[in-house]
Formats: sequence, C-alpha cells, structure tokens
Amino acid sequence: MPVRSAEDSKKSRILSALEDQDTTVMLDDALENEMILNMGPQHPATHGVLRLLVRLDGETVMAVVPELGYLHRGYEKIAEASTYHEFIPHTDRLDYLSPISNNVAYCLAVEKLAGIEIPERAKYIRVLVCEMARIASHLVAAGSMAMDVGALTVLLWTFREREKILDIYDVLCGARFTTSYARIGGLQQDWDERCTAMLERFLGEFRGDLLEVENLLGTNRIFVDRCENVGILRREDAIALGITGPILRAAGVPRDLRRDRPYLVYDKLDFNVITLTESDALARFYVRIAEMKESASILRQALAAMPAGPYRADDPKKVVPRKERIYTRMEELIQDFMLVNMGIDPPVGEVYQGTESSKGELGFYIVSDGTGHPWRLKIRSPSANNLSALPLMLKGCMISDIVAVIGSIDPVMGEADK
Amino acid sequence: MKATVAEKLEQRLPGSVRCASEFRGDVTVTVRCEEIARACGILRDDPDLAFDMVIDILGVDMGRPEERFEVVYNLYSLRNREYVRLKVLVDEHDLTVPTVTGVWPGANWHERETYDMFGIVFAGHPDLRRMYMPEEFEYFPLRKDFPTMGIPDSLPLPRR
Repeated sequence: MPVRSAEDSKKSRILSALEDQDTTVMLDDALENEMILNMGPQHPATHGVLRLLVRLDGETVMAVVPELGYLHRGYEKIAEASTYHEFIPHTDRLDYLSPISNNVAYCLAVEKLAGIEIPERAKYIRVLVCEMARIASHLVAAGSMAMDVGALTVLLWTFREREKILDIYDVLCGARFTTSYARIGGLQQDWDERCTAMLERFLGEFRGDLLEVENLLGTNRIFVDRCENVGILRREDAIALGITGPILRAAGVPRDLRRDRPYLVYDKLDFNVITLTESDALARFYVRIAEMKESASILRQALAAMPAGPYRADDPKKVVPRKERIYTRMEELIQDFMLVNMGIDPPVGEVYQGTESSKGELGFYIVSDGTGHPWRLKIRSPSANNLSALPLMLKGCMISDIVAVIGSIDPVMGEADK
Repeated sequence: MKATVAEKLEQRLPGSVRCASEFRGDVTVTVRCEEIARACGILRDDPDLAFDMVIDILGVDMGRPEERFEVVYNLYSLRNREYVRLKVLVDEHDLTVPTVTGVWPGANWHERETYDMFGIVFAGHPDLRRMYMPEEFEYFPLRKDFPTMGIPDSLPLPRR
C-alpha cells in the first residue's frame, strides 16, 4: 500500500484506486510507447487456437510472433504405432474443413510406397471428392474472412452451400465431417447414383449462389477497403518462404500440383490455374472464388467421364476385401485378418507424395522399414507453412487488419499443429 | 535428374556427395553434413536446377548405433517442376547441422520443428525455439526412445 500524501487523501477512494500505479499508464508521447498484445489462443478471429504476440506502436503493428502447438496431438508419433490402415481416420482430423482430400492424399502416398495401381473409376471418384472438398473449404474461407471484417451475411450463405456438399458426403460414406472415405487401393464404397443427382443439382445452383456472394462482397465498400492493399506478401518472399496454395497464386506464381505434378486423372481434365498479382487479402479472396468455379467445371467433366468398373484394386496382400465377401468367403476372411493384424507389407524405402489441397501443398513423407507400420510419417502441412508468412504480411499494418490477414491465409490449426 | 543433381554438387563441391538413389521416382542425394548449407545454396542458385522452394525439412530417428538421425530436405524447383531430396546423417554425439535459413527463410519453422521433435541443433539458426511442445519440456517426442503414451509428469502443469 503506497503512502498517500495529504492531497491524495482528499480524493475519493475510487479515484485513487484508478490512479494506482498498476492501472494507470502514463503516456508522454503515444507514438513512443510500444505495447505487447497477446492475441489468442482463445480468440474468435484466429480460426482455432492460433496465438499471436503482437508488438504495437499505437495502432500500428511493429512485429508479430505466431505461437503454434495448442492443438498438437502428436499424429506423427501415433502413426508410428498404428498400421497404415489405422491411420486413415486420423487424417480426417488434420484439415478438418476438407477431411476427404486428406484421406486421398494419405492413401496416394501409401499407394506410391507400396506400388498399388488403383482402378480408373476410383481415380475419378477421388477427383470428385477432392474437388467437392476444395469447394467446401473455400466456401468456409470466403465466409469466415468476410465475417472477420464484419459481414456476417456471407458466412450464412456460404455455410448453406457447404451444407449441400456435406449432405453428399453423408450419402456417399455415412459421415458429414470425419469421412475416412478413401482406402489404400481405392475407396470405402462405390459412388452412389443418388450422389450424381445431388451433385448435379448442387452444380446447377452453385454458379448463381456464388455470383451472389461475389456481388455482395465485391461491390461492398467496407469489405474492399478493409482487404485491399492489406497483408501484402511480395512474390519473391512467398517463394523463399515456401508458401503454397491460393496465397502463392495470389502473388502471381502459377504453381498448382494438379497441373505441375499431375496425380489421379488431373492430366485428363481441363482447368485453369488462377493467378493474380496484387498479393493482398482481397486477391486471395478472389483467387479462392475463381478456384471454386474451376472446381465446379472439373466436377462436371469428371462426372461425365467417370467410367464403370471396380472402385477398389484387387490386390489381396495390400487392399482390404469387401465386407460382404469377408463374411461369406474363407479366403477373404483370412486376408482381412492378416491385413488388420499385420498390415500391408510395403518394401523398404521412402516416398513423398504431395497433393494440392485447398490450403496448399499437403504432402506425406513415409519411411518404411518393410513392416506394417510406418517407421516415420511426416505430414507436410500447408497451413503451418503459410502461417510462417504472417510476420512479413502484418508488419506495418493496422491492428484491425490482423483479422483480415489471418482470414485471407485461411489456416486450419488442426493441420498446422498436427 | 539423379545424375544431374549429384554431378552438379560433386563438380562444385568435391567430396560433398555420399550417395544418390532413386525409389519410386523420388531422387534422394545424401550429402556430407557440414556441406549442407553450401549444397543448398548451389542447388538454389544453379540456373539449370533452380531449386527455389524448400517444401519441407524433417528429421528421422533411424534407431542405428551410428549416424542415428537423418535430416531430410525436400526441395522443389518452380521452373523444372521437380522435387529433389537432400539428406544428411547426424550422429547422436554431435547433433549439430548447419542451418539453411540463410538460403531459404522458409526453413526457419521446419528447422524449429525438427529441433523440437528430435533435438537436432541447427547451428546459426536465428530463433531456435521449440515449435509445438512447451519450452519447459525436456524430451524430444519423436525419438524412438520416447514412449508413445508419453512420460508421466513430463509436461509442466500450472501451479495451484
């Protein structure tokens, strides 16, 4: 308790408490005083549990230090203790806005390691689900970015559209979020004809609904003013930092693994790689909008070109047999028993398979020692990598721009923290 | 691809390449540990190769008595649309590897993660802190001698 002078004792007790040293900040010159602000991990605009330490000079951001790890669940360690099949459900929990494309990315890496060739129909189904996941994820990105800068309406509209995709997932594999749809060597079950009708109906309405979103935001003075020239990342910085996905393409680098390193059947499909050169938050928003249109076009082409045939490879040593056969036939029962208990037997070696997920390059690096468990599995997560550009993007911005820039990066912390 | 990368490195840095291999179309070049930063600089600046992006850096605990750890650098060339993997072998008794943050600033967080998970020290790194685990944590969780279920009382809890 500080000793009070006679003058102080005349003041009311509330006033003297307010003027206590701990609560009163003396500002001689506001611009000379720097302040450290802790933002997150519990903050609605950080899209999960991202924590930022912000050094402020008045309202100007001087420096930012992102802190990760609040959602670290040790998936790479879990992978070493589980068989290749057992790890598929864990991939749902990485980028939980597009779980189905994580399943596909993981299975592609295991198939590359084990040398499994999957049937043509399975490839087309995988393209379909990956592009649906991209649309669903970009819808959330666009909606939540608009919400972060104050336009709540768009979030409701984009979530309404995303709901239609989740309904298709529901029919396809019985789950809306944690799909676990891909299997090593194919898929959990065949493409349902009901899904074709649902997807066609969705695509018919989608163009108009997306245009509504685009018109509402693109002509909105507040949205454009808050996103334009904010969070600029120079082209060479983006390359040197290893940034991928829509952020890199908004900086003018036409890198898209679907075209540059084609996997599945992307080399047979016709689509454009969207690039813009402004490299600000608004450009990233527009790249995502344009990519959704390209994805819709890919979906139409893939639906039309999808051949009939098996949806899972016939390779008893590596691919799980169909359930009804396990219950009725001896050989399949033994195969299933061996695969569940021992796992597949890939050769000794190491592979990396990168895919273009909605956030950027999602890759799996697997070191195999020839047993049924991965010796080491590394998840190359695009969100964590893209977040490393945050200090550069935010330097010199205003404090209110932070939420717009985080929204434009579209990080998913489940993937960034692994 | 395998021949070009290994040849270029051998030409510019004699004795730096230990071996080169290819598996399922992925090229891996093993480089001597102390040459890694120079080798990365050469691969980035060479006009034919132009590996201008670092996609990933990761550690592997091979569980061997000698040269127990591997650090793998996954690089990408925007112009040639090619990947290459560089690999260095690290002994348990000397866990120091030169940093490549001077070549690609994007290596910063990857090297922090490798330090966090394996305890590999990147000499010259500007900010070598733990990436995911708390600073007070004493173990390196992705080493093979760290149990999957964790070590009781290893994570500091807030005091009452």
